[in-house]
Amino acid sequence: MRKLLGISLIVLLSACASQTTQPEVDDLNAGAGAGSGGSDLMGSGSDRPSYFSQLQDPNSILSQRSVYYEYDSYTVKSEYRELVLSHARFLRDNASASVILQGNTDDRGSREYNLALGQRRADSVRNMMTLAGARDEQIESVSLGEEKPRALGHGESAWSQNRRTDILYRGE
Amino acid sequence: MGNFLLFENLILMSIHRSKSIYRALILLLCLISAPVYAQLNIEIFGGGASRIPIAIVPFADENKLQQSITPVISADLQRTGLFKLVDPAGLSPHAPVEVVYSDWANRGANALVIGRVVAISGDQVEIQFRLMDVAKKSQLTGLAITVPTAQLRMAAHRIADVIYEALTGDVGVFSTRIAYVLKRGNKYALQVADADGYNAQSIIEYTEPIISPAWSPDGNQLAYVSFENKKPIVYVQKLATRERRAVASFKGSNSAPAWSPDGKKLAVVLTGQGGSQIFLVNADGSGLQRLSRSSGIDTEPNFSPDGRYILFTSDRGGSPQIYRMPVTNTETSNAERLTFEGSYNVSPDYSRDGKGFTFIHRNNGQFNVAVQEIGSRQVQILTNSKFDESPSFAPNGKMILYATEINGHGILSAVSRDGQTRQHLSVQIGDIREPAWGPLPTWK
Repeated sequence: MRKLLGISLIVLLSACASQTTQPEVDDLNAGAGAGSGGSDLMGSGSDRPSYFSQLQDPNSILSQRSVYYEYDSYTVKSEYRELVLSHARFLRDNASASVILQGNTDDRGSREYNLALGQRRADSVRNMMTLAGARDEQIESVSLGEEKPRALGHGESAWSQNRRTDILYRGE
Repeated sequence: MGNFLLFENLILMSIHRSKSIYRALILLLCLISAPVYAQLNIEIFGGGASRIPIAIVPFADENKLQQSITPVISADLQRTGLFKLVDPAGLSPHAPVEVVYSDWANRGANALVIGRVVAISGDQVEIQFRLMDVAKKSQLTGLAITVPTAQLRMAAHRIADVIYEALTGDVGVFSTRIAYVLKRGNKYALQVADADGYNAQSIIEYTEPIISPAWSPDGNQLAYVSFENKKPIVYVQKLATRERRAVASFKGSNSAPAWSPDGKKLAVVLTGQGGSQIFLVNADGSGLQRLSRSSGIDTEPNFSPDGRYILFTSDRGGSPQIYRMPVTNTETSNAERLTFEGSYNVSPDYSRDGKGFTFIHRNNGQFNVAVQEIGSRQVQILTNSKFDESPSFAPNGKMILYATEINGHGILSAVSRDGQTRQHLSVQIGDIREPAWGPLPTWK
């Protein structure tokens, strides 16, 4: 819930921010400070791409951003295929859109090795996307390893939520 | 622990304002200090017969200081597992003429430490200490150190080094520093502390994770990985000025920094050219060169002390194992596999003599610190906890610092090279992880 609130704040603030070369506007203060018309919170008249409304439509599959994995696996399961392919088609059709794919793992074992495992998960999504028409330059796949767990604690219910790749649109 | 020290320091600052309550407060401080040492949890296993029995007499007038000297020396020596402390109760010689050697021989002490503290000026004290050989009834070594009162612990560590070196013939590492990451709430701090976990200072703090701190060989800089920009980027930061620079900020993930022994280059792991592969980069971020080439994961590089080899973790054989490759001017797919026991061996760190390494070995679902000799391939598992990580050799190769978990909290622990002694180093609030043992100070 808190995260959702954070995201919508970011969206509002980035709407008023002037054109920025920063890949992500996640620093709320910087975002607000950079805006020349700070009161224009609704984003009307900004040069923000129109496709963001499509991405955030809760009825669209594009609003789904996480791919989950089995233990010790980086294969995109069939149930997430359509999700990944939808984002790939969106990138193909919106040449100015770009994403950062963040791979994640559970917290068992070495942090650096988990970072490499998370990279494999992000790369698996990237490969599927480029095969479906997205261009390489639109996608950066990175790993957060075990450092940003969605669920805390030891146990499969937490671990299964942490084995995932998140799709983040730049500027969103 | 850090909190306790902070508390002490605050009280001391107010002491100087009122001399009249000085003595009362010093007494109070001694009482406050007691539980600090009680919190150090020392477990010693076996090997008792070979430990050196040593008696350490509280130094004359040390109880007037804001920090007593001998408890620090005792804790340092005890942590190595090589010493057995003999209780000096009832005897308090401070000079050689006051020593009755037969008293100490009767208590089983082979060595005796005596000394005194002399105030020089407002904030300077001289610490005089002598190490006596009980059997030979003579002085083995001695030292007089003048220090500001703010550095009393450091003086005690230097004395412990001198004692350790005189009695074991090895280099003492009590004056070294350690780095680690402290997570408290949603804040991550990269901290540097004395080797016993005291005097912790934050080098940098973020609300995003920090991992993999690595000391430059001269001890003046730390390389580390920060996630502050939504992806891992390798930074190098100077401790004195806090000035920092990104040395690996390429497309994809940048991680696992390791310094070459001459301090000129860093091995890093990059993903921009596909997979996780090992590269070399100059310490200023220039001159990128690929080192490893495999279709698997190659990560956690660690230089041999002579700089000719790199140990690393790779899953090229199907499971994560530790490999060794030569450092040359060209990339190579050739590497020698070193670990064969079990299906998960990671996080290698060379011993300072280059003959062996410590690593994490998965053992029946537990992650434990182990050591392996490169020549004989003999493996010894040193711990029996559940979630050990990031083992790091002391600069004299006699102890290994690592992160472990107790009651769901990350703490630092040290284990002797032979596995006989273990000690939990820190009882801070929060999670401590990713320790790295710094080099010997330059005056050594």
